[in-house]
Amino acid sequence: MTTSDAGGVLSLGWLLIAAPLFGAAVLLLGGRRTDKWGHLLGTAMPALSFVVALVQFIALLGRDAEDRAVSSRLYSWIEVGGLKVDVGLLLDPLSMCFVLLVTFVGTLIHIYSIGYMEDDRDRRRFFGYLNLFVAAMLLLVLANSYLVLYVGWEGVGLASYLLIGFWSFNSSYAAAAKKAFIANRVGDFGLSIAIMIMFVQFGGVSFDEVFGAADGASEGVLTAIGLMLLLAACGKSAQFPLQSWLGDAMAGPTPVSALIHAATMVTAGVYLVVRSAPIFNGAPDAQLVVVIVGAITLVFGAIIGCAKDDIKKALAASTMSQIGYMMLAAGLGPVGYVFAIFHLLTHGFFKAGLFLGAGSVMHGFNDQVNMRRFGGISTVMKITWVTFGLGWLAIIGVPPFSGFWSKDKIIESAFEGSGWQPWVFGLTALVGAGITAFYMTRLFFMTFHGERRWTDEVHPHESSLIMTVPLMVLAVGSALLGLVLGPTGWIQDWLAPVVGEPAEESSVLSVAVITTVALLLVAAGVALAYAMYLRQRVPVTAPVGSVLTRAARQDLYQDTVNEALLMRPGQYLTRSLVYVDNRGIDGAVNGLAALVGGTSGRLRRLQTGFVRSYALSMFAGAALVVGAMLLVRL
Amino acid sequence: MNPMNYVYLSALLFSIGASGVLLRRNAIVVFMCIELMLNATNLAFVTFARMQGNLDGQVIAFFVMVVAAAEVVVGLAIIVTIFRTRRSASVDGANLLKY
Repeated sequence: MTTSDAGGVLSLGWLLIAAPLFGAAVLLLGGRRTDKWGHLLGTAMPALSFVVALVQFIALLGRDAEDRAVSSRLYSWIEVGGLKVDVGLLLDPLSMCFVLLVTFVGTLIHIYSIGYMEDDRDRRRFFGYLNLFVAAMLLLVLANSYLVLYVGWEGVGLASYLLIGFWSFNSSYAAAAKKAFIANRVGDFGLSIAIMIMFVQFGGVSFDEVFGAADGASEGVLTAIGLMLLLAACGKSAQFPLQSWLGDAMAGPTPVSALIHAATMVTAGVYLVVRSAPIFNGAPDAQLVVVIVGAITLVFGAIIGCAKDDIKKALAASTMSQIGYMMLAAGLGPVGYVFAIFHLLTHGFFKAGLFLGAGSVMHGFNDQVNMRRFGGISTVMKITWVTFGLGWLAIIGVPPFSGFWSKDKIIESAFEGSGWQPWVFGLTALVGAGITAFYMTRLFFMTFHGERRWTDEVHPHESSLIMTVPLMVLAVGSALLGLVLGPTGWIQDWLAPVVGEPAEESSVLSVAVITTVALLLVAAGVALAYAMYLRQRVPVTAPVGSVLTRAARQDLYQDTVNEALLMRPGQYLTRSLVYVDNRGIDGAVNGLAALVGGTSGRLRRLQTGFVRSYALSMFAGAALVVGAMLLVRL
Repeated sequence: MNPMNYVYLSALLFSIGASGVLLRRNAIVVFMCIELMLNATNLAFVTFARMQGNLDGQVIAFFVMVVAAAEVVVGLAIIVTIFRTRRSASVDGANLLKY
């Protein structure tokens, strides 16, 4: 596909980023003066970006499919030796998808936050951070080189850190923010190393240069870059083995969880893999690792989701699992790229809706999150119940809701190919769908149905319209987006210029069989959850449970493993290094200083102040010199 | 007369001067002993010049005299000032400048 220079409305790409950045600057620098109207400005800026994005989208629709990639060079950023980096924006069908998702869902969540954060003294600061996030996320997806993408990548990491730790007066929330930041840092190292390899091997870091050179590059180089990019994606998208931060990241306010830790930022890893398609296409080993990571994470997240009683943490585990699906699809190569992005879009809608619904429930329950203390809310919070229900049907993949179209396609693509891979990955994806149905149904029934297990002081009520309207819009998206984009083949056609046409590969199972089995598994999952959590009473205190349940409650011991493998040895290492530094290096230096000081202290005593003793030493010295000269007969 | 006698005399005078510097406490006497040492060296210079048939030593003797005159001016001024403040010209008394 050829990239053309931007003209007309398409050259306004910078405005997409500048508007929320301006909002963030005004709100964060303006301080308390902007408290009164800060949330309105903060909501208007992403809305403006959305309007611009919509106009640009229509403009792109008006062009030929081959002519839809538009780049605009903003300015020259770095020119050092062989490294020349221009800051430029690339607007193509792939980034357009993201821009629309981020600005649309972002605007809805801003609107929702006006109501959700109403009683918070720091609502203005919250909107400032949210705007900063939107700006960084848009920079990430609009960048036309890996280095500019890296700037956005770090920017969303910063915004995520600030927002997880938004209520940092609670020290465990502050610790959760740090944990997210550090886990992300591990992944960021991967991205920076990948960029360095690109520069050394290809002599440039822009997409054009890298993808142009990727055709002729050796497979070893491409595999190295691919694995480093995967490490970056694992950090940002909470994939195995860097997934442990996502559950704790739920410490942030619920709109943050919806926007950053469900709909947009955590999917940046999937974007990175799909964007780097030319690299991964040339590195089958790296692709296989991507698929394996995705498969492990999707099962991992699903198992954790089955045991969590905290509604937000259960949803976080589900996010992890769903992104595992996207990773799996992205690792499958051209057959999967489109469906990874498709699932990402539908997931962005229904998971944002689910999180905001959970936030609405928490709002009515004085910020309680324990699902064992919910139950029977469907009658008092009707709008939340219906919208959450639509999201639930979407995520478990009931036709015709959107999750069905995207997830089913991923499962189908996982079965394509030959050898052992399609069987292993396909069956994993199928089983994952069943578990997803179980834990999401469990969550839905425990929260909205069954008997009321409320604590005495709560009086649940429906949230105000400013919170429920975004819920309704997202619910409509959850219900219809898949139907509009999927069966019509629109999403394939739209993304084809970027990720290529999928080659026709034979599937090891027929599509009809796969879909039937998937639906049967979903039905089984729902039925099991119905039997366990609606027919039977849900105890208020969690039963001890099986070994697996207990493990899943502890996030399958991921923190314990990290602690034992990384944290403790790291602490021992630093402690021993501090010891060596104090005793060894400082000891030598300080000892030398003490030696010199002590010696000179003694020598000082020779300065008695008696002139005659100085004269004697001069005399003796002169006599000594003369004697020595006589001795050697000079 | 054997010129070496002058050298012996010079050595004798120098030794007297040096022991005076080391042994006497009165600054004026120490000062005079220094002058004695300088004049002993002058005598040695002149004698060696005579022995070598070379005028360099005599010239240097003049330089030493000039330096000695200058030194007397500064040194006596210092001694007088010290005497004024301490009511004593003992070199052992002025030992404040020490460790």
